[in-house]
Amino acid sequence: MQPIITMRGVDKWYGQFHVLKGINLDVQPKERIVICGPSGSGKSTLIRCINRLEEHQKGQIVVDGVELTNDLKHIEQIRREVGMVFQHFNLFPHMTVLENLALAPIWVRKMPKAEAEERAMFYLKRVRIAEQAKKYPGQLSGGQQQRVAIARSLCMNPKIMLFDEPTSALDPEMIKEVLDVMIELAKEGMTMLCVTHEMGFAKSVANRVIFMDQGQIVEQNEPHEFFNNPQSDRTKLFLSQILGH
Amino acid sequence: MAVSDTATESAAIGPPPATTGFLGWMRKNLFSNVWNTLLTIVCAYLIIRIVPPLVSWLFLDATWGEAAPQQCRAAEGACWAFVTEKHRVILFGRYPFLEHWRPLLGICVLLTVVLTSCFRRCWRPWIALVWIGGLGAFFVLMFGGDVPIGLRAAAAAAAGAFLIATLRSSGSTRSLLFGATALFALLALAAGPIFRVIDGVLNAAFGTGPLLAGATGIWFEIPTGLGFVSTSLWGGLPLTLLLSILGIVVAFPLAILLALGRRSKMPLIRMFCVGYIEVIRGVPLISLLFVGSFLLPLFLPRGVEISDLLRAQVAIIGFSAAYLAEVIRGGLQAIPRGQFEAADALGLSYWQKMAKIVLPQAITIVIPPIVNTFIGLFKDTSLVSIVSLTDLLLATKDIALADVDWRAFYAEGYAFIALIYFVFCFFMSKYSQYLERQFETGRQKRR
Repeated sequence: MQPIITMRGVDKWYGQFHVLKGINLDVQPKERIVICGPSGSGKSTLIRCINRLEEHQKGQIVVDGVELTNDLKHIEQIRREVGMVFQHFNLFPHMTVLENLALAPIWVRKMPKAEAEERAMFYLKRVRIAEQAKKYPGQLSGGQQQRVAIARSLCMNPKIMLFDEPTSALDPEMIKEVLDVMIELAKEGMTMLCVTHEMGFAKSVANRVIFMDQGQIVEQNEPHEFFNNPQSDRTKLFLSQILGH
Repeated sequence: MAVSDTATESAAIGPPPATTGFLGWMRKNLFSNVWNTLLTIVCAYLIIRIVPPLVSWLFLDATWGEAAPQQCRAAEGACWAFVTEKHRVILFGRYPFLEHWRPLLGICVLLTVVLTSCFRRCWRPWIALVWIGGLGAFFVLMFGGDVPIGLRAAAAAAAGAFLIATLRSSGSTRSLLFGATALFALLALAAGPIFRVIDGVLNAAFGTGPLLAGATGIWFEIPTGLGFVSTSLWGGLPLTLLLSILGIVVAFPLAILLALGRRSKMPLIRMFCVGYIEVIRGVPLISLLFVGSFLLPLFLPRGVEISDLLRAQVAIIGFSAAYLAEVIRGGLQAIPRGQFEAADALGLSYWQKMAKIVLPQAITIVIPPIVNTFIGLFKDTSLVSIVSLTDLLLATKDIALADVDWRAFYAEGYAFIALIYFVFCFFMSKYSQYLERQFETGRQKRR
């Protein structure tokens, strides 16, 4: 099958700091990939390159048949098909939940307002938060905000969803409600790339786990093998540290 | 039993004497220590020395209603008869006396338009129509004479057509169409000056002479039946209001563009915006007014004339835009990066991101300094008196106080226009508080 994302020899620097070193990655449609690694290993940067929130300086990234270049048309085309969920939700605080969701369908997909709101309500029901539609983000809990953020991305009917540490800013008791939504999404066959330290989620949902360190993909494997039979010493150390406690 | 005992006992204990009530308040706020007590005594002394004489000058001993200057001089207090006698020239300057109803009506129209726009629920595209109509009516009333309609009518018709299209469309076409509406409306309103400027440039380059200016009324002119009054006779409150209202309304969008341009990734645009802002901020408004009224005409080709009023108006707009741009840039900088990223990730274009996500939040943050700038602009309009435009201040000084009989009563005259300035500035400051409350509802927690 044709991969939906291809990265070939991707390099990126922040000033002198080499964050991504020769990344090669193919993502098949409906694949669910969890990316983990110590902080500063470049995992967030990697997925942020996929929708051009970060610019790569070398190599090639092709998303859904479109190559990412400086061409604004290509970038906007890719962003329409790629949803992203952030660590800090980044909901728009001056709009109600419903307005947050309907905004992009109306302005980017040129959908009539009524239809966009109908779709927004549909996804709000799916993340089980429809009763909060008229509230402002600041009135919701962290877990609710993150579910709204997921629904907001889904309203664009993306082909790929990127999750950038979606649960690390949440109180522990709210993590589950967000993970549940993500698990459902995975079951429906969404292509997902997820930077997370939720190893339970990785074990039960992912079909590939990628371990990154110092800007390189050190190891990748299907989850059972990855957790039970890690190959490199660096991976073993990392796993012992995060699973040990 | 023991329990109820302690309960009654504790209930019986009142607060220590004199920490509540008026005495308590005084002790806490006015006499809490030696320094405060001293300050209280000094202030009380000053109040006693200043307030009663002021009240008797302003009200008790004042001469009210109609009175001769002699009566005023005999009286101890303020001579409000001066204001009664001269209020029309103060308010309307040199405008022909018998036609004063026109600027009066004009002021009413302007203020109605402004007040309508103050309500948040009126912030819809149709408000543009209210402004076009209001400003059009204002200019027709003030100018009178024959209104050249020709090309103006074409521009107005185009604006109308685009507006209807705007109301029916959605998405980014909507913003485009709305931009076209605004452009044509501006052309309809300001066809005369715009064509004169174009003429000036064309004439300087090719020596074509007045080419377009005559074309404003190329098809027909509508006689209003009112005598023509040139801008050199406009004055007083309508002038002050026109300069400040147009100043605010035009400078604001310009300032937004300048602020965005200053943060642009395109070096040329950024350099232009930085250059403009820094140059204009480095120069006092007075010198801009001088440049506009004395230097600019030297460069304009013969036969092309731009009124003093328009030149002052442009100077005020350009000046305030530079200051406002920096205020708005401050707001832009306060918006977290995550907001930009979320908008980008959803696929919004640059202008959608700015219009829907960034600017609404940025401008809400800087409402207080924006209104500050507006209040400053309103008061700065009095500087146009140095290029001999008869605003409120100059009308008071040069016309009302020019009457030998009344010359002694300048304090009353200035007090009167101070009151007018105060009313408008106070309204603006109250309105800014209203706006802040409006935007605060429902989202106390900001990320």
